[in-house]
Amino acid sequence: MAAVRTSSEIGFNRVAIVAVLLVTIIFLAPIYWIASTAFKPRNLATTIPPTVVFQPEISPFVKLFTKRSQLRSAPTPEEYAAAPWWERVVFDGGEKIVRDGKGQVQWSGYPSRFMNSLIVAITSTVLAVGMGTFTAYGFSRFKVKGEADLLFFILSTRMLPPVVVAIPMFLMYRAVGLNDTHWGLIILYTAFNLSFSVWLMKGFMDEIPKEYEEAALVDGYTRMEAFFKIVLPEAATGIAATAVFCFITAWNEYAFALIMTNRRAQTAPPFIPSQVGSGLPDWTVIAAGTFLFLLPVAIFTFLLRNHLLRGMSFGAIRK
Amino acid sequence: MTQIELRGVQKYFGAVQVIKDLNLKIADNEFIVLLGQSGCGKTTTLRAIAGLETIDEGDILIDGKPVQHLKAADRDIAMVFQSFSLYPHMSVYENIAFPLRATRKSKAEIDSEVRSVAKTLQITELLAKKPSALSGGDMQRVAIGRALVRRPKAMLMDEPIGALDAKLREEMRAEIKRLHIKQGSTTIYVTHDQIEAMSLADRIVIMHEGVLQQVGSPDEVYSRPANLFVAQFVGSPVMNVADAAVTETASSASVTVGGAATGFEFPRALLSKLNGHAGGQLALGIRPEGVLVRHEAAEGFVPVETQIVEPLGSFDIVDLKVGTKMLRARTKSGFVGGPGEKVFARIDPTQAHFFDTASGKSLEVRL
Repeated sequence: MAAVRTSSEIGFNRVAIVAVLLVTIIFLAPIYWIASTAFKPRNLATTIPPTVVFQPEISPFVKLFTKRSQLRSAPTPEEYAAAPWWERVVFDGGEKIVRDGKGQVQWSGYPSRFMNSLIVAITSTVLAVGMGTFTAYGFSRFKVKGEADLLFFILSTRMLPPVVVAIPMFLMYRAVGLNDTHWGLIILYTAFNLSFSVWLMKGFMDEIPKEYEEAALVDGYTRMEAFFKIVLPEAATGIAATAVFCFITAWNEYAFALIMTNRRAQTAPPFIPSQVGSGLPDWTVIAAGTFLFLLPVAIFTFLLRNHLLRGMSFGAIRK
Repeated sequence: MTQIELRGVQKYFGAVQVIKDLNLKIADNEFIVLLGQSGCGKTTTLRAIAGLETIDEGDILIDGKPVQHLKAADRDIAMVFQSFSLYPHMSVYENIAFPLRATRKSKAEIDSEVRSVAKTLQITELLAKKPSALSGGDMQRVAIGRALVRRPKAMLMDEPIGALDAKLREEMRAEIKRLHIKQGSTTIYVTHDQIEAMSLADRIVIMHEGVLQQVGSPDEVYSRPANLFVAQFVGSPVMNVADAAVTETASSASVTVGGAATGFEFPRALLSKLNGHAGGQLALGIRPEGVLVRHEAAEGFVPVETQIVEPLGSFDIVDLKVGTKMLRARTKSGFVGGPGEKVFARIDPTQAHFFDTASGKSLEVRL
C-alpha cells in the first residue's frame, strides 16, 4: 500500500464513512423510536411528525406493571394528595390503579410474562449449550461410527422452517399435557438450538489441541476431570458465543410461544402485542414493555463481548 | 528406581503396522533416545508407554509390572510434549501445580514443591505469568517443570525442543542434560535430530518403519552401525556408501568402487574377515573423515578428481570422483582449491564398514 494516499482513496474513505453512518442510523432508528416512545407522555406517542424533543416521563413503566381502569370521575383532592407519586401519574392520565379488597396494588400480566421469558430462555440455553458441548466433544475427540451421517442428521433438523411443524407439535403437546407449560417451551427451544449448538461447539472443540487433555491425562487426571478442568475453560469463548445465539433465539421466539402458551407459561413476545387489542392502544406502555424486553439480550451480549469478539474471529487467530 | 521394558510390542493403525515386535529394556536412570525419521513409530512407542495409545500385542513393564492395561493417570509417568501443551488459562504456577493437585497434597506442600522446581529451572520470576507471555525457551522450561514436580517414575519427552530455533535448541539441549544428571530419572526422549540424540543419550534406539534397527551408545551407533540404514541415518555429513568389489593382489586386498581403474588398498586380512562375502554383493561404507586426501602421490593413494567443494567453516566437504561414483571427503578448510583439481585419495581401512547389499546388514569387519 502506498504511504501517501491518493485523493481517490481519500474520497472513497469519505464515502465509506458516510455509508457506515447511514447504515448505523437505519439500524439504530427503530431502537431509538422504541426507547423514546417508552418515556413519552401518551399524547405525544403517535403525533405526526414524530415528537423528538419532549419531557421524559416514567408513567408508561408504572402503567406497564400495574392493572388499571378508566376513571369515571376525577379523584378528590384528598385522594390525590394521599396517593404515592406513581399512582398520581396514573391519575394524571385519566386512569386509576386497580386494588384488591385489602388495598393491595394489582400487578399487570407483564412481570410474570417477563419472568416466564427468563426461565424459558435461560433454561433452554443452558440445556442446549450443555448438551451441545458434550456432544461436540464426543464427535471431536472420539471415533464415532457413522460420524458424518450423524452430524448431517443433526444439521438436517434445521433444514425445515420450524413453524411448518407447529400444528402437529401443538396436537402432540396437547396430547401429552405440555401445552402452556414452561417445560413445553424449554424442550422445544432446546431442540431448536441443539443442532446449532452441536455444530458451533464442534468447530470450537476441534480448535482445542488434544495435547492439552493428554497432558492432563498423563498428569494424573481422568478424562472427565480433564474435560472439566482443561477443555471447558479453553472452550469458554465458544460456549459464550453459542450461548448468546441460543439465548437470542429462545428469547425472541414468537410463533411457537403464541401457539403453545396462553397464560401460565406465556412469554413476553406474544404478550406485548396482545395489549394492543384491549381498549385504545397505549403505545407508550407497549414501547415500555418492548424496551425492557430488549435489555436482557443487550446486557447478556455486553457481558460476554470479549468472548464474542474472540469467538467471531476464531480460526483466524493462530494459537 | 525405575526400569521400563517393552516385550514384543505390536501396534496397528488400521491395516498399517506402526510398531513391529519391539523389544527393549531400559535401565534405571538411563537416558534413552528414540531416533528415527518421522513416521517410524518412535512417537507411537512413547505414547504407548505413557498410556495415550493402546498396544495390540506384547507387554509394557514398569519395574517388572505390566502396565499396558493401566490408564495414563495410573502409570506415574510424566511427559513433555513437542507443543509444550501448557494450559493457556492457567498461570505458570498453576501449570506446575496442576499435577500435584491430582494427588491429595496440602496447599503448603504444593507451594513448596512448585517453588523448589521453579528454582531448579530458574523460572521463579515467571510463576505469575500466563503461558502466552512466555518465550519458547521459557515455555519449555515450564513444561519440564510440570513434568518434574511430581517426581514421576519416568520422564517421557516427545521432541521437546523441536519447536525452538537453532540457538535456543542448543542451549536447551545442554540444560536437559544438566537436569538429567542432577535429577537422575529414567528418561525416554524422542527426536529425529541425530545431533540431539548423540549429545543427550546414554543409549540410542534407532527405529525405521516400526522396526528397531540398533540399540547402542552414541559411539557404538556411530562407529559400528548395524546396518546400512543406521550407517546413513547417523552422522553428518552422511556416510559414503558404494557398491564395492574386493580382489586379491600380490601383497594386499584391493577394493574397487564405481568401476574405477584402480582399487583402494586394504590389508590382506580383509579377505578372510569378509568370510566368503568377497565375491558376493558388497557395499563399502566410509565416513567422509575416513577418506584421506593428499596433493602428492603416495603409496596406497589413488589419483582422483575433485568435483564440488563445500566450505563449512571449520572444515570442507569435497566430492571426489572415483570411477562413476562420488565419494565425499572431509578436509581442512581451503585444502582443495576448487573443482577439477587432481588429488590423491585413500580409504582408512580402520574406518571402513562393509555391508551385505541384499540384507543391508553390517558384516562386522574390523581392521
